[in-house]
Amino acid sequence: MATTELGWWGVPLAIAAGTLRGSAPFLFVSLGECLTEKSGKINLGLEGTLLTGAMSAYAISYLTKSPWLGVLVAGCAGILLGTIHAWLCQQPKVNDVAVGIAMIIFGSGIAFFFGKPFIQPVAPQLPAIAFGSWSTSPQIQSALKICPLFLIGVAIAPVMQWFFASTRWGLYIRAVGDAPEAAKAMGISIHRVRWLCIVAGSFLAGIGGAYLSLYYPGSWTERISSGQGLMAVALVIFARWQPMQCLYAALLFGGAQAIGPALQSVGIDSYYYLFNASPYIFTLLIMIITCSPKRTLTGAPGALGKS
Amino acid sequence: MNTHTWRGKLESVFIPLAAILFSLFLFGIFCAAVGANPIAVYGAIYQAAFGRWQSFQNALIRAAPLMLSSLCTALPARLGLVIIGNEGAIVVGGLGAVAIALALYTNVPPLGSQIAMVVAGIVCGGVWIGIVGALRYYRGVNETISSLLMNYIAIALLNHLVGGPMRDPSSLNKPSSYPIPNVNMLGDLPGTRIHYGLIYGLIACTIAYFLIQRTTFGMAARIAGGNVRAAKLTGLPVGKLTLAICFLAGSCAGLAGMVEVAAVHGRANESLNANYGYSGILVAFIARNNPLAAILVAILLGGILTSGGILQRRLELPDATILVFQGIVFLVVLFSESLYGKLGVFQEKFDGNDRIGLVGSTASDRSGNVAG
Repeated sequence: MATTELGWWGVPLAIAAGTLRGSAPFLFVSLGECLTEKSGKINLGLEGTLLTGAMSAYAISYLTKSPWLGVLVAGCAGILLGTIHAWLCQQPKVNDVAVGIAMIIFGSGIAFFFGKPFIQPVAPQLPAIAFGSWSTSPQIQSALKICPLFLIGVAIAPVMQWFFASTRWGLYIRAVGDAPEAAKAMGISIHRVRWLCIVAGSFLAGIGGAYLSLYYPGSWTERISSGQGLMAVALVIFARWQPMQCLYAALLFGGAQAIGPALQSVGIDSYYYLFNASPYIFTLLIMIITCSPKRTLTGAPGALGKS
Repeated sequence: MNTHTWRGKLESVFIPLAAILFSLFLFGIFCAAVGANPIAVYGAIYQAAFGRWQSFQNALIRAAPLMLSSLCTALPARLGLVIIGNEGAIVVGGLGAVAIALALYTNVPPLGSQIAMVVAGIVCGGVWIGIVGALRYYRGVNETISSLLMNYIAIALLNHLVGGPMRDPSSLNKPSSYPIPNVNMLGDLPGTRIHYGLIYGLIACTIAYFLIQRTTFGMAARIAGGNVRAAKLTGLPVGKLTLAICFLAGSCAGLAGMVEVAAVHGRANESLNANYGYSGILVAFIARNNPLAAILVAILLGGILTSGGILQRRLELPDATILVFQGIVFLVVLFSESLYGKLGVFQEKFDGNDRIGLVGSTASDRSGNVAG
């Protein structure tokens, strides 16, 4: 990108472009985590799901030449890992956070094991829609190239918001997450609802992984997810368990991630690695500001974190 | 803990052993499914790790940082905290040790420099996890997530320092700090290739064991871990306890970083970030947060980690095979938690509900949600 032509104006533009490109994984994982947490369970293992999704999507896209099939398989890989998590974390005396840590190790192990042969080859990528063809500026044109998968994610957010607020199933999930005893009295199977929520959440996270390897950054390496699955957990807290706010938060995080590369493009690279750490620092700061030892957070599902 | 009955003791030995055997079985299925002969894989792991004295030394070398790293998870578990920032504390401890070693260079005798490095590792790692504890206690920030985020921040710090301010211009492919003087390196135990880090690990685990099992300090931590409100009512300084335990935990991991720098790499570079942090969490889990058990588990896992190379060379399996194995062990060990108190053979008068452990009853006593 010839950002130098725009001088310093290139920085906000590069950040905006990076936001549109880089926030989709955050969006999918945080929506998945939001769904899971609404039912009263935490899934830290989405980091591993993200990696497995990225690897399987890339492998399938390479083998079948169909990136969209890759996306589907990534979702199915998510379902598989989600099933393990859902089964294990609902055993008596088993803590869901601990299962999450184990699933990170297991998921990344599986992804690295089967992904080894796919580090070199080049797989077909997801297509991008050029929304910037009206502009003569090549910077704006490339900034407005948007992957349809991102648009799907953006569409899921309001649907999920409506789903929680206005449907019977949404009510069931909220009941299970807020007051399991009451839900039980209503005749809802807590086990089944949580199982479905964890599996569906992992499905979304797997798709987020597919976006990573098939669009941005667009290749399969072992460092591709770099903690985005974990940041999503903090992001859901920040978004107060509201899907629409997950969307805004994901955009914010995608933007934070783009600061380092954007500054590098105008020649500021002496703090490159520190700027790359900005999403983590940002997440930590948000948690420090929004948390309080005195009260439980508004919007948090009542049964969250209680085994 | 069920330690007051021999049946309980038997249970807490039998269940982890059964879990490890069962995970070996599952791993065998995995190997067979990807077309490797499970017997050959086990054979290679055993040979690489424990077969000969030469290879067993490798296992012990790897066990040293694992012992120290596992304490970073095991100590806070007393308080019911799930801290997984081991990797970050190792990195920061290693960075601190290198910084002080380079600052002193050869201006002080080697012993002085080594003591300074130990102190730097302890302080840097301790402060790093101390921050996590402080955030948990004063702001209610979930310690698991914050410590994980701090891992990534530590690694960014490492990349920044060895790629910029501390960079040795002669390190081309792998940005590294300047090397620390050879005379200040930790030596090997006489007659072996095992460095003195093993002694650090053994001492730290022993001290940690007595601290948490045999002192009022450990007792207080256990009470606070069981029920914060009750602990406060009885006048225990929960905040100070949290900070102290987190500092100790981090200092152990920081020491692991120092050992890696001063005994293995001789400089700071990305090798510091070698997954000893994550494997250390696994050690703590399998050892059920018992520092003495952690010594054995660390040696076992250290051996398994050394076999990665042989699996790659001899059986052409990717090095991630060991990671898959660790993941399976982790999952099975977690599942085995639900078996405590369920197996009739081990029951006398009451079950294991009063255990204080990472995954046990304490989780439900901790305050409400992810955020606190």
